[in-house]
Amino acid sequence: MQRQVALIKQSLFDQGYLDEQFIELEELQDDANPNFVEEVATLYFKDSARLISNIEQALERGSFDFNRLDNYMHQFKGSSTSIGASKVKTECTMFREYCRVGNAEGCLRTFKQLKKEHATLRKKLEQYFQASK
Amino acid sequence: MGVVTESQFHVLAVDDSLFDRKMIERLLQKSSCQVTTVDSGSKALELLGLRESNESDDPNATSTSPFVCNFAQEVEINLIITDYCMPGMTGYDLLKRVKESAAFRSIPVVIMSSENVPARISRCLEEGAEEFFLKPVKLADLTKLKPHMMKTKLKKESEKPAEEVKPEIEEEESPVIEILTLHQELESEQQEPMLSNNKRKAMEEAISTGRSRPKYNDITTSV
Repeated sequence: MQRQVALIKQSLFDQGYLDEQFIELEELQDDANPNFVEEVATLYFKDSARLISNIEQALERGSFDFNRLDNYMHQFKGSSTSIGASKVKTECTMFREYCRVGNAEGCLRTFKQLKKEHATLRKKLEQYFQASK
Repeated sequence: MGVVTESQFHVLAVDDSLFDRKMIERLLQKSSCQVTTVDSGSKALELLGLRESNESDDPNATSTSPFVCNFAQEVEINLIITDYCMPGMTGYDLLKRVKESAAFRSIPVVIMSSENVPARISRCLEEGAEEFFLKPVKLADLTKLKPHMMKTKLKKESEKPAEEVKPEIEEEESPVIEILTLHQELESEQQEPMLSNNKRKAMEEAISTGRSRPKYNDITTSV
């Protein structure tokens, strides 16, 4: 079981889903707080699901309020960075760049990719935490 | 037993994001600090007892609530760490309010931000922030806080109760405080394995420069 956990974790890093910030999180875990990483990850996915939904609604409305979109993405990027979600972070950066130049199509395209990366990470981390139990 | 081992540092952490509050809380706990988190600058001021009731934008929040009333009297805050970007009162606004207050201006304030904006950073430092941390804040960043928190603790101890620090007294006492700071920091260091050896070495060197101090290996640690 330990080996399984180690393998999942290694592949998450090798494939670039997670970066060294995730290791910083693991260092905060100890006997008194044995589930810290999972708790924080749960909080992250709850938070980011809300942000994704907000962004989706904003985009569906058709009128691109780039300021507002950028604001959402600023938060999203922040927590993604804090959790070590490397690929998601990259998409956030790209999205913000498209907001900055007012490129609506770029935003839509990037957002689609972002959701994909986010969903993949979620699944993989769920596997990881499950295997760690 | 040194003062540091008897009472922990207490940090007030301010961030509007629940996720970030959880992060900073754990980081601070891991650094052996007691933490109180609030989600806004105005709540922070309320907790400190700085906020007037007519400023309250929450009709249900009263500064006569037991928690708030007792907090300012019973808890000694050694550091305020706050996010910069918050709705309503920004971290910068909070910093200004704290530094404008006679009672609390000596509390060190640290600003955190996920954005690296040099103008923002210098503005905060000029206003009196001790440090500016880029998010995500790391454990290593927090080791920079100990010296700042140590200063207020020692200052409080050298003050008579209910007296404000007079500038002349500060100046006279500063060499003494400095020596004590290094000594106390060394003691606390020995209980914190996470601090790097480099820092320990620097401490050793500082202690050994011409002051009459016990030798490093004679200092007892209480665990």
